Amino acid sequence: MAALRPRIATVWLDGCSGCHMSLLDGDERLMELAEKIDLVYGPLVDTPDFPEEVEITLVEGGVSTDDDIRKLRLLRKRSNILVSFGDCAVTANVPGMRNEFRLGEVLQRAYLENVSWRPSIPVAGVPVLKPHVRPLHEYVEVDAFLPGCPPPAMAIWYMLSELIEGRLPELGNRTRFGA
Amino acid sequence: MTSGTVLPRKRRVRPVGSHRILTFKINNRDVSSREDESILAVARQNNIYIPTLCHLDGLSEHGACRLCIVEIKNAPKLVPACITFPQEGMEVSTCSERVIDYRKKLLEMLFTERNHVCAVCVSNGHCELQDLAIQLNITHVRYEYLYPRLALDGSHPRFIMDHNRCVLCLRCVRVCDEIEGAHTWDVMNRGLDTRVITDLNIPWGSSETCTSCGKCVQVCPTGALSEKGKSVAEMVKRRQFLPYLQKMRRWEEE
Repeated sequence: MAALRPRIATVWLDGCSGCHMSLLDGDERLMELAEKIDLVYGPLVDTPDFPEEVEITLVEGGVSTDDDIRKLRLLRKRSNILVSFGDCAVTANVPGMRNEFRLGEVLQRAYLENVSWRPSIPVAGVPVLKPHVRPLHEYVEVDAFLPGCPPPAMAIWYMLSELIEGRLPELGNRTRFGA
Repeated sequence: MTSGTVLPRKRRVRPVGSHRILTFKINNRDVSSREDESILAVARQNNIYIPTLCHLDGLSEHGACRLCIVEIKNAPKLVPACITFPQEGMEVSTCSERVIDYRKKLLEMLFTERNHVCAVCVSNGHCELQDLAIQLNITHVRYEYLYPRLALDGSHPRFIMDHNRCVLCLRCVRVCDEIEGAHTWDVMNRGLDTRVITDLNIPWGSSETCTSCGKCVQVCPTGALSEKGKSVAEMVKRRQFLPYLQKMRRWEEE
């Protein structure tokens, strides 16, 4: 029985984790959901690597580094359904607010101008920023979009339950950009 | 307010009784109208919904946003319903597959042209652009965002102009000219570089023509014009004054 439950993964790219918080905001519906799915990867699971085969992957956050692109391409290959989860994934949203400035200016502002103790731009151990933060669907094919900042818990729950049943849901007014 | 009584302001009003009455079809329904009523006005009188963004009851029509496009049988181009007038026997479709497809594309392009970050916008939850996205079922934008670098003018003591949210509907320009009579707002440049400006592109706060009446702020469909001191989602526009002022003025004209 347990083997038939769909394997679900969640991923956190350039976002604030608010979408994951909203997922947890599902209250008692989470109990119901937990019986229907296997959560196999994500910030809520203690697994280091993205598994080989996943049915549904929710990706929060925009694509802002080479590392994000690598993760995104890998999870796309290994997931049957990819959901663009929240406004940052769908539109670049708040992380994308840096896009109108040159990358040098952004780093200068964040790591030099506003730092009083040993200001320096980090180079080792952190992924290199791309000039722009971009939505997921500009890099890979996305199967379902779940806008909202964050998407309301009900909208996430509705999207997941429909996908589990094999239907691609119409969200209607359950959520919106900036919800 | 219904838009049925709203006439385009700059058209000459002929004496009552001299208007031809036309019969034509909208979505296969027979409708009748005066020849000087736009397709949009006639549709609304008949409870046929056509989405709009730049149109506002009480202001002249401008045809800027093109979201009210409709299909006319045997016409090659889609036409904006707000500035197109019916002809006898015309067959109009407001929701054909082609119309819906183009409407979605137009709205998506509006989102790519400026930086519409709903999550941090003063008008979040009270925005006509956002509402249209829900109505047209737009869950994502298929075009590349342009992320232009745009300024914010906070020089006015009471109001803020944020070009990041402007959709160039030009309601501000029209209300300032047609209702307030100040004509502080105007437009400069063309295409992607188009901007609304105050006076001859000077900071709003140093404008000598602005009367600080705030009508432009209240008619703005997005968070482009807002009141100072409003935080995210706090800017709710109040438009009640517009149909009232327009009605009073029509009395004066009569």
